[in-house]
Amino acid sequence: MSREVVQLHTPLGDEVLDLRAGDHVELSGTVYTARDEAHIRMQEAGIPFDPRGAVIYHCGPIVQNNRILAAGPTTSARMNDLSGFLIERGVRGIIGKGGMGATVREQLRNRGVYFAFTGGCAALASSHMTLKGVLFEDLGMAEAVWVIGLDRLPLVVGIDAHGNDIFDAARTHAAEAFREFSRAKGPGGPGKNT
Amino acid sequence: MQTPDPAQIHSALADATFRACREAAISLPPDVIRAIERAAAAETNPIARGEFANILQNVRLAEELGVPLCQDTGIPVVYLSLPPDVPVSDALYHAVSEGVRCATKEVPLRPNVVDPLTRHNTGDNTGNGMPAIHIRPGERFTVTVLPKGAGAENSSRIAMLLPSHVYGIEGFVVETMLHAEGKPCPPVFLGVGIGGTFDLAASLAKEALLLPVDEMTAFEQQICDSVNKLGIGPMGLGGDTTALAVRVKTAGCHTASLPVAVNVQCWAHRHATVEVKL
Repeated sequence: MSREVVQLHTPLGDEVLDLRAGDHVELSGTVYTARDEAHIRMQEAGIPFDPRGAVIYHCGPIVQNNRILAAGPTTSARMNDLSGFLIERGVRGIIGKGGMGATVREQLRNRGVYFAFTGGCAALASSHMTLKGVLFEDLGMAEAVWVIGLDRLPLVVGIDAHGNDIFDAARTHAAEAFREFSRAKGPGGPGKNT
Repeated sequence: MQTPDPAQIHSALADATFRACREAAISLPPDVIRAIERAAAAETNPIARGEFANILQNVRLAEELGVPLCQDTGIPVVYLSLPPDVPVSDALYHAVSEGVRCATKEVPLRPNVVDPLTRHNTGDNTGNGMPAIHIRPGERFTVTVLPKGAGAENSSRIAMLLPSHVYGIEGFVVETMLHAEGKPCPPVFLGVGIGGTFDLAASLAKEALLLPVDEMTAFEQQICDSVNKLGIGPMGLGGDTTALAVRVKTAGCHTASLPVAVNVQCWAHRHATVEVKL
């Protein structure tokens, strides 16, 4: 499953269809941060950048003196019901942590991919970033749309354009392991502490 | 015994709190780094190995650049150890709050504290009972800051088990991580509070996180191994390491009760203790 590190540059095109869940990628180019508030604003007021081939980053950075200081990913599942319109308008990549629901997995089919970036790695992320601008600044530091230049940000393909979802595979494994644990150690099981 | 000057206590405690906030946001304690390095060396899943490489590089970079490890700098949970000559008073709370406000501006920390109902952000990580401050008598005057991020705190749980179900404690901890999946930024540390009352069990669970995490008792190791069999892995991407350590604290409880609390902590287990010099 693990192949060579794939180099990608925005705007993304059909090359994303070749990616497979589990691939390591380094992404360069431009990304737009967006959390809950920015998604709602974009639905109401329109997308303030060209969405074709664009990449959205689920992130609320710490910005000081026009510099990105810390910019790790936030939990993507909060945007499960807010991402369809972006993919429809041409967004090809979403970066975040924790994965997304089955609806987004289907929306990404034959269109785009979900990239996982390691949660908590805010200093590592900012070392690959240059601040290029800000949109919807009135939403505040965490919720504004920051336009960020990326230089080879290391990512893993979490959900590919063919319905493969590495988070869902781990979830299924965990559920089965827990059933096994309960059989062995539940009431009446051999691990019972009497 | 002479009581120290209140103004001196205020400035020394505010300064120590500021320094503890800064150290906690930027550097991980050595036992935490050892636990991560040990798991990273043993991990066999290639994707999980990549996540560990990012984590260890992030730890190095944050230290080198003097920037926060994670943009979620949490909300500060504060433990004060007070020697006999320092009186308990509101002044201690004011001093800690000042230290937190100062750290929010200068480190900087992300302003995370909001009103629970209106969701209005106070802008400085203090206000209406925040930061949470726990006071204990002690030999030395110290302040410990444990910043708690939301992803991990939101995955924490408490249960009032049947007293005849001691065997169910392990299952409750494992089930907590089953539900949490990748949300608390695993690999996690788990603080488990067993016994006491409803509220005491939760306090014990959080305090258990302050025990050294590079050692475990046989009981803790057994729970940790069971959690790791889930295979959730770093960030929920799958792997051998879901929990880096489980630590347990207990207290006596009612013969008809068995409270169990699990406080989940992300890999960025940030905390720092600074002596308050008077």
